Amino acid sequence: MLREFTCIMCPQGCDIQVEVKEGKVVSISGNKCPRGKEYVTQEVVNPMRNIATSVLVEGGELPLASVRLTRPIPKDRIFDVMNEIKKVSLPAPVKEGQIVIPNVLGLGSDVMITKTVDKA
Amino acid sequence: MRQVEAVIIGGGPAGLAAAIELYHKGVTDILILEREKKLGGILRQCIHDGFGLTRFGETLSGPEYASRFVRQVQELKIPYMTDTTVLEITPEKKVYASSSQGMIVLQAKAVILAMGCREKTRGAISIPGTRPSGVYTAGVAQAYINLKNKMVGKNVVILGSGDIGMIMARRMTLEGAKVLGVFEVQPYPSGLPRNVEQCLNDYHIPLYLSHTVTEIRGRDRLESVVISQVDESFAPIPGTQKEYPCDTLILSVGLIPENELTWMTGALADQQTRGAAVDEHYQTTVEGIFAAGNVLHVHDLVDFVSMEAEALADSAARYIKEGALPACPLAVKGDQNVGQLTPSRISGQGDVQISFRVRKPMKGCTIQLVQGDRVIKSVVKPKALPAEMIQIPLKAQAFVGKEDLEVRVVC
Repeated sequence: MLREFTCIMCPQGCDIQVEVKEGKVVSISGNKCPRGKEYVTQEVVNPMRNIATSVLVEGGELPLASVRLTRPIPKDRIFDVMNEIKKVSLPAPVKEGQIVIPNVLGLGSDVMITKTVDKA
Repeated sequence: MRQVEAVIIGGGPAGLAAAIELYHKGVTDILILEREKKLGGILRQCIHDGFGLTRFGETLSGPEYASRFVRQVQELKIPYMTDTTVLEITPEKKVYASSSQGMIVLQAKAVILAMGCREKTRGAISIPGTRPSGVYTAGVAQAYINLKNKMVGKNVVILGSGDIGMIMARRMTLEGAKVLGVFEVQPYPSGLPRNVEQCLNDYHIPLYLSHTVTEIRGRDRLESVVISQVDESFAPIPGTQKEYPCDTLILSVGLIPENELTWMTGALADQQTRGAAVDEHYQTTVEGIFAAGNVLHVHDLVDFVSMEAEALADSAARYIKEGALPACPLAVKGDQNVGQLTPSRISGQGDVQISFRVRKPMKGCTIQLVQGDRVIKSVVKPKALPAEMIQIPLKAQAFVGKEDLEVRVVC
């Protein structure tokens, strides 16, 4: 079976064709770099995504601090992880790089603060 | 009156990168003026990742990308003022600004315009109907959600498939809203293919091409929008109207360079980019006034904004030290497939970076840089989209004479 993907690894957005037989990748074409090959190989087996959202901050100069994951998680777990992140509320200050939830839901990825929010 | 060698208007990605590069080139008498409370510009609300791949070789969120530059500015002790709004810039490079310390007046040797761009609103595209609440531009909705912790609505229609619109479709879905669809007047998406994939397809949000909003309904709050299909000339096709009940309409219908201050200096506009006309030094038609980043032409990627501002800073540093830059008598022109072309003038004796967009999606084309009747550089491009800015570096040695430069896209 021939499957087509739009690579999301960089803004070039290569159209990549993948020949798949019995769930296994037979050939890949259309990618301009190795990241494209990695992406579609993963995409055929188990699509992975990063997400960005925010956590609440109490007593901060902003009511929120942005967060992202340190590595991608399975696409079908995005909303489970969102629910975990929504439970978080931290006192100010919070610092960029601070880990809020280590190994979220055992998925091997940490939820990390991406914006320093000082006390109000 | 306070004298400053380089006054930078705007502390977003372009202004920050220009400041750091000026410093490294030996210009340390700098002042960055920023109207918001913090440096960083629009990146502060762009919490999604994907920034920095070209510049840093890794993928960062907007705030992280900005903080790398802000930290450098602070480490180098480059002076900046936040909460400071520039009111006027004169052709003689006097800068008037309003700050918490009162009015300030500066005499600059060089002024660097780095004000970025702003969003087109409902008024700019003239959507008929009532004027209820619940109609936002994508960036305003993004600021409410990502900076102020205010959710803007539950049932959302998005008009325009610009990158911010698609990113907000995903963001609102993650926050529990139902995005009914993204409607695009053009027959192709106006944002990048990767965002169609990861922001819309991932979340099963439909994208309707050649569609637009033809009526807004609702008294106090938005109650519904009417969507129509459009023909090749973007005119709604009668009989295709469909009403979508919704409480929120997000507009992602384009960005315009924010140039009110630029025109006060007497600088001339480029009719295509709607930014200032600049030469290869990023100098406007007024000597000593420079522009780069989204105030010059709207970029898709912040990495290129930073790099363009650094190139500007190299020229501005040279201007400050030497008092003048080489003249740029040659014009740069594009054929009918070329839009958003910069710079508009070059010297023909220095390295230049030519930036433009194709006017429609094209496949299997060749970009030719032509002087007189000689092709001095050609680049094969299997796929060219209006969503993607094309940049072609050209070395000084490539030029063959005193004729103007033409950019052609040949299929």
